[in-house]
Amino acid sequence: MSRLLKFNIFRYNPEDAQSEPHMQEFVLEETDAMTLFIALNRIREEQDPSLQFDFCCRAGICGSCGMVINGRPGLACHTKTKDLPGEITLLPLPVFKLVGDLSVDTGSWFREMYTKTESWIHTEKEFDPEALEERMDNKDAVSIYELERCVECGCCIAACGTARMRDDFLGAAALNRVARFLIDPRDQRSEKDYYEIIGNDMGIFGCMGLLACEDVCPKHLPLQNQLGFLRRKMGITSLKRLFGK
Amino acid sequence: MQTIYTDFLVVGAGLAGERAAVQAADAGFSVICLSLVPARRSHSSAAQGGMQASLGNSVMGEGDCPDVHFEDTVKGSDWGCDQEVARLFADTAPIEMRRLAHWGVPWNRVVPGKSIYYKGGKQFEKIEAQEKEGLIMARSFGGTAKWRTCYTSDGTGHAVMCTMDNRCAQMGVEVHDKTEAVALIQDGETCFGVVARCLRTGELRVYLSKATMIAAGGFGRIYPNTTNAVICDGGAHTMCVNTGVVPMGNMEAVQFHPTGIVPTDILVTEGCRGDGGTLLDVNEKRFMHEYEPEKAELASRDVVSRWMTHHMREGHGVKSPYGEHLWLDIRHLGEEHITGKLREVYEICTSFLGVDPIHQLIPVRPTQHYSMGGIRTNKDGAAYGLKGLFAAGEAACWDMHGFNRLGGNSLAETVVAGGIVGRKIAEYLEGCETEFKTSLINDEVKKQQARIDVLVSCANGSENVYKVRRVMQDALHKGANIFRNQEGLETCVAELQEALVRAGKVGLRSDGKGVNPELAVALKLEGQVKMALMVAYGALQRTESRGSHNREDYTARNDRDWLNRTLAYWKNEGDTLPTLEYEAATEVVEIPPGDRGYGKSEIISADTPKDAGKKGK
Ligand SMILES: Cc1cc2nc3c(=O)[nH]c(=O)nc-3n(C[C@H](O)[C@H](O)[C@H](O)COP(=O)(O)OP(=O)(O)OC[C@H]3O[C@@H](n4cnc5c(N)ncnc54)[C@H](O)[C@@H]3O)c2cc1C
Ligand code: SF4
Ligand code: SF4
Ligand code: FES
Repeated sequence: MSRLLKFNIFRYNPEDAQSEPHMQEFVLEETDAMTLFIALNRIREEQDPSLQFDFCCRAGICGSCGMVINGRPGLACHTKTKDLPGEITLLPLPVFKLVGDLSVDTGSWFREMYTKTESWIHTEKEFDPEALEERMDNKDAVSIYELERCVECGCCIAACGTARMRDDFLGAAALNRVARFLIDPRDQRSEKDYYEIIGNDMGIFGCMGLLACEDVCPKHLPLQNQLGFLRRKMGITSLKRLFGK
Repeated sequence: MQTIYTDFLVVGAGLAGERAAVQAADAGFSVICLSLVPARRSHSSAAQGGMQASLGNSVMGEGDCPDVHFEDTVKGSDWGCDQEVARLFADTAPIEMRRLAHWGVPWNRVVPGKSIYYKGGKQFEKIEAQEKEGLIMARSFGGTAKWRTCYTSDGTGHAVMCTMDNRCAQMGVEVHDKTEAVALIQDGETCFGVVARCLRTGELRVYLSKATMIAAGGFGRIYPNTTNAVICDGGAHTMCVNTGVVPMGNMEAVQFHPTGIVPTDILVTEGCRGDGGTLLDVNEKRFMHEYEPEKAELASRDVVSRWMTHHMREGHGVKSPYGEHLWLDIRHLGEEHITGKLREVYEICTSFLGVDPIHQLIPVRPTQHYSMGGIRTNKDGAAYGLKGLFAAGEAACWDMHGFNRLGGNSLAETVVAGGIVGRKIAEYLEGCETEFKTSLINDEVKKQQARIDVLVSCANGSENVYKVRRVMQDALHKGANIFRNQEGLETCVAELQEALVRAGKVGLRSDGKGVNPELAVALKLEGQVKMALMVAYGALQRTESRGSHNREDYTARNDRDWLNRTLAYWKNEGDTLPTLEYEAATEVVEIPPGDRGYGKSEIISADTPKDAGKKGK
């Protein structure tokens, strides 16, 4: 027979003066192919319509539904209840500002990150609508896309000890973003320019390399490789700077 | 009350909204995009397949040009589109793809030499030309003559969305996410901006602008089963419906996608069939080639969806606890291809179904997918009915899709239309002086606050918002689905009218404080039911079959009486039905109505005399 699932869900509505942070219990009968998306919506529709959480694509592609699921940051829509024990504890992602219950403000955090990393192609070239596109090796395109797959869910930030201690730490998602532009032949920034952004304790030298980030990334981005790659590149750049090169 | 002023306000930060925003920002105007979610989470990011543009770099696209793309689009629309707009689109698409490459999209590129591809389950070989090396590659996609779909692996929408949002960040376009527009500020002639609800605090906020654009995407969530994201609920359309003066075009034109997975309705891309995936029935036998000998699985989506439903009705469906379905088979494409080019599909199957598509079949059925209908605009993107109001992307009925849009054409539309309409808006802003009337603004805010108060205090009743929404969705599902007929549509309209009465009596069960999600649903429900009625009533009146609109009792396409576009208004608040008006489908005719070359070809041509008419039963 199907299980009765017990959910312990973090509740707090900062807009309600009477609300205090607390855990609330909900019980729900498990159904076939149930995901946390299905479960949370049923709880909201059937038991407590004020429950706040974020879903959008419900298909693991938009990154909206990051939360801490039994102690581990992950995408809720991507989590099948049958892979979880009968008692499920859900908390909002730390580091990000709480909006209410399980909903956090990832949008502001990531927009700030775009500005810090100048997350766009830097080029002097003008677009010419009459001309053929500039050629690119397909291998380059594929490698860029590999890193572009980040859905900005924030799981890697929430899992990172450094990011939790220091709110000026860029975090794996931002470092990965820098790597994405670094390997893009269209971006004319030099290694020195990148060094300005990440060659410090807020950036690559603040990373302790324990790789909680890669562990939780739902898109399985090769964060370990990228962090290593940046550390080497920036290490060399920093040596060059030391010797005035 | 916080009031924010900007030259150009965009409701929506998906591809269409941000593309237009970039264009206006480039011309020196201040721009703010509103969005329910951070821009990159917009539903554009979920499009896996790709964007059509006739670059003709692949050997399989040799000889392609805007003319061929235009022809495919018009045929695809079943001659329901505005041909001037379709032409504008086909001509501009290649330039937009190159522009995106310049801005940073990692398009897959041509790799010269031999490679293998699949069609209809068989293996073929192609040789890409040396001189095309490194140019933008294309793949095959349903309903097109050539390989024309530009892609980045299977995350095209995501990759283009990232680039576009990067460009916005670079240009200083502000995106106010977690902000929901709830009403237009307008006086029946001009639009002055919107009243919005902040989804961080629950407070109302006023946005004033000289030009306002709706780029809020589709409204699939008025159906119970849809591939659309949960935020594609038509909330922004309801703002226009509620003005009484802005018409919705062709709301009855709803597209169903052949391959939504069962049970969650998540889409698996058309690329699966494009790359050679096949459809199988309960006996694990192919069937599409029997109905469509030439195109088989690659016929346009309305044709494939229709035959799938037909085949299941004939008793060849696979029974499951979630209803009947068919199988999609991609096993023969091999592990490398499935975990490479089709990785998202692989992930969807393993994570949400527990199915391994390298070795197992994928359960699929047709499900609501795309809204051809929407806010009717002219070719410059200006909405009918209100000055200063524009629309683009899936939210709009610009109308290059008519009664059926081709796979890969809508993602391309977002950037093409975004660019064209953005340019027109910049021109409009150039010579624009606007006076904002405080009384008008205050009245609209008061009206919205009053609606909220009524819902929170249950002053009109205490109907459960989720239950009434369900009634609306089920009515559409039963009556206004792939196959339609008079009886079903009449029942549907009656059920929706009842739902409309109940929607007026909704009261919240929770306290409505802060970012209350129940309140957000309740605020748009009445408007959604009105839209559902536009779909059903428009479909009931349209006594022909065209594109995705299939009447079992009027099976022919009727160019004599119905070569036109429905314009649906909700003229008075107390009305129980929309008011329907009609306009010619297209002023400019490059390709006169004819046979599509696929699907059934029963046509009542414009010169058929009246009484020879009805072919229906
Ligand atoms: C699963 C799936 C796959 C698809 N694949 C393809 C494909 O391969 N090729 C193709 O051509 N097409 C595809 N399509 C269709 C295509 O993706 C969409 O038509 C297109 O992306 C729509 O873009 P848009 O910019 O119009 O809207 P969206 O990207 O949906 O953006 C809408 C924006 O409006 C905002 N918004 C909505 N309501 C409000 C409100 N009330 N207030 C404030 N903001 C609001 C949202 O937050 C969002 O930012 C696919 C569609 C689906 C569902
Ligand atoms: S790197 Fe991975 S975990 Fe981090 S935000 Fe991107 S997708 Fe999420
Ligand atoms: S490896 Fe670096 S970025 Fe990743 S979790 Fe550890 S400190 Fe954070
Ligand atoms: S809702 Fe989009 S990733 Fe979960």
